[in-house]
Amino acid sequence: MSTVKIPPVLRASVGGAREVEASGASVGDVLREVAQQHPATESQLFSEEGDLNRYVNVYLNDEDVRVLDGLETGVAESDTIVILPAMAGGGR
Amino acid sequence: MASGTDVIRRIKEQIEEVDPKDVHDLSQNGNGDAPVIVDVREQHEFEESHLPGAIHVPRGHLESRIEGAVSDRSQPVVLYCASGNRSALAAHTMQELLGYEDVASMRGGITLWKDRGYEVEVPRALTGEQRERYSRHLLVPEIGLEGQMKLLDARVLLLGAGGLGSPAALYLAAAGVGTIGIVDNDVVDLSNLQRQVAHSNERIGVPKVDSAEIAIHEINPDVNVEKHPVRLGAENIMEISEGYDVIVDGLDNFPTRYLLNDASVRLQIPVVSASILGFEGQLSVFHPYEGPCYRCLYPTPPPAELAPSCGAAGVLGVLPGVMGLLQSVEVIKLITGAGETMAGRLLLYDALGTTFTELKVRRDPDCPICSRDPDSISDDEMGVFPDYEMFCAGAG
Repeated sequence: MSTVKIPPVLRASVGGAREVEASGASVGDVLREVAQQHPATESQLFSEEGDLNRYVNVYLNDEDVRVLDGLETGVAESDTIVILPAMAGGGR
Repeated sequence: MASGTDVIRRIKEQIEEVDPKDVHDLSQNGNGDAPVIVDVREQHEFEESHLPGAIHVPRGHLESRIEGAVSDRSQPVVLYCASGNRSALAAHTMQELLGYEDVASMRGGITLWKDRGYEVEVPRALTGEQRERYSRHLLVPEIGLEGQMKLLDARVLLLGAGGLGSPAALYLAAAGVGTIGIVDNDVVDLSNLQRQVAHSNERIGVPKVDSAEIAIHEINPDVNVEKHPVRLGAENIMEISEGYDVIVDGLDNFPTRYLLNDASVRLQIPVVSASILGFEGQLSVFHPYEGPCYRCLYPTPPPAELAPSCGAAGVLGVLPGVMGLLQSVEVIKLITGAGETMAGRLLLYDALGTTFTELKVRRDPDCPICSRDPDSISDDEMGVFPDYEMFCAGAG
């Protein structure tokens, strides 16, 4: 099982958890399992075509999967996946 | 009992002495093997004049401070003083007690150096009051007099005098940043005071730029405050930003963050960026052409339902304090050149779990903005991103 860190804006969709566990051989498999377990996240993570939404950054450990193999990037048990949408709050 | 003169003579026999000519030649040839030159005289002597590039560690503080200045014990070091006696004693201490492998004392000190006609640096001086005010900076080798002078000469622009801008304004003023510009068109509201510490109960209803100016001058009257009580937009961002050395981004919406990115790339001004929501903060430095820009990290903003503002979703009041001060540290590092900035890295701070996660941010070779020559970016392209019209309609 890999650990997936959930950003604040998606936590309501996973029952408030800050991280969830999911298994899969690739980043895409793991995220699809997250979406299966927590269907409210699906449209936030994936486009209708099944691609990762452009506004969602995904990191395998500390590396952006865009510079690895994207959703095809292989995942090991001990890896952490970070989901990161942009935030713009300045405390106004 | 040996006389002091005898002791110095004997110590000089146990250490290496070098002639000012050798020191001059080694420091000029620039092939990477130049020694670190350390001035071991007192503060007032160093400030009068010193060898170019010399670092200052007074002999009385040698044992406690030399490791901070020269951490590698195999690094060649040349010490000097006024005439070569104090530096000989200091060289002996470094060699025998501290284990430095390649230490020499410059014969004849700075007096002989000057007699030979070699150049010295005459530093600009702080006033007595500044010396007292910034004394704790002057003691830190990474800042010191040179760094403090850079801070006093620096011009920093704060975008927003809100949650992030408030702590940044106060601490950058305290640190002696010479000019602080503030862009904010809002007035102080009671609900701001849970986190916006530059403002006060008495100043509710006062424009934030005026309130922040009062707070800045209360802590440091020498700071020149430039007030821009306007909403930042495509029509004014270039004019307002130009001439600042660093921009501190505490903006509260995506369109302006993209606009800022594009203007800062065109003007080649580094941006220290932070954002906050709930218990979480993000921090990075976008240093145009030296590291990635905001668009390399976030090519597209999220849709409005995934981009709540603090006004809508709330924020722990202390969180912008933490993030605004992390920004301030990055500003000071950019100005003084000390340490390594967050350029190319993104820090995530989760206050609930007290975790800090660091992610790598790469330059996007196809970035629509920073992959291009700054002069080729037109006014019309600034702040525009895919689905811009839809985003703004959605955000209402």
